[in-house]
Amino acid sequence: MSEAVSALNGQSFVGIVKIEEAGPQGMITLRGDAGAAALQKAARDVAGVDMPGIRGIAAAGDRAIAWMSPDEWLILLPHAQAHEGVATLRTALAGTHHLAENVSDARALFRVTGEPARLREVLAKLAPADLHPDRFGTGEMRRTRLAQVPAAIWLDSAGEARVICFRSVASYVFDLLSVAAAPGSEVGFFDA
Amino acid sequence: MLILECPCCGVLADETELAPGGEAHLKRFGPGASDDEFEGYLFMRENPRGVHFERWRHVNGCGKWFHAARDTSTLEVFGTYPAQTTEPPRDIRDRISARRPGWTWREFA
Repeated sequence: MSEAVSALNGQSFVGIVKIEEAGPQGMITLRGDAGAAALQKAARDVAGVDMPGIRGIAAAGDRAIAWMSPDEWLILLPHAQAHEGVATLRTALAGTHHLAENVSDARALFRVTGEPARLREVLAKLAPADLHPDRFGTGEMRRTRLAQVPAAIWLDSAGEARVICFRSVASYVFDLLSVAAAPGSEVGFFDA
Repeated sequence: MLILECPCCGVLADETELAPGGEAHLKRFGPGASDDEFEGYLFMRENPRGVHFERWRHVNGCGKWFHAARDTSTLEVFGTYPAQTTEPPRDIRDRISARRPGWTWREFA
């Protein structure tokens, strides 16, 4: 197989937080009936974790499942294993109404790291979502918009956030995040 | 600014995260309908100052359609409810009655 190249080739920016394009990331979209036992088992077998509840994201090692909508999940796994993951899902779900597709190369993933309050601030400048620590914490997947494009954000830890967007708007999102993280642009809204 | 709670994912979604879908609970008239019925289905819309029922789509979130009951002049939101219904649920209507006694909207009251 040809060598996978991510949207921005690992471009990074350091301001009040650090923005990095995270490189190739395997992603599988899985859709189906949330109540189907076969679907839950197949997802667990591929991702190594149980399917999370509403708006959740459950991770184990380099794999995770994120809740995207009542009938859609995003499975994160190493890029090289995405094809195999889709094949496994399709075999396991033969006869069950479902959709499994490798979307790794249709998306871009960013890692935003830094001081927890600064990190929330950078995201909050761009998204109409309530990112107060009482309302948004680790283990939650928030699909929203960043300025003009849809995106999904979650916190890996207090000091590390991940942002997924469509690959076609990767440079736009990178520029947005970089401007929001420009040195001297601290707001201090989330400072305790 | 309108903030609606998406009944599918529970997010308090800002208006800019949503896409408007027009009037709710339209009854579709297709082949075999009279000209008047078809005209009503295509063109006749409520335009109230006050209680209104609308469809919205959580386009930048979970992507699902839902219904919302709100006041068009005060932007007060009476509630949101799933798209899989052909009329406003009783609890939403009761809540509107408590706030706007005597309200009517199409055949509902």
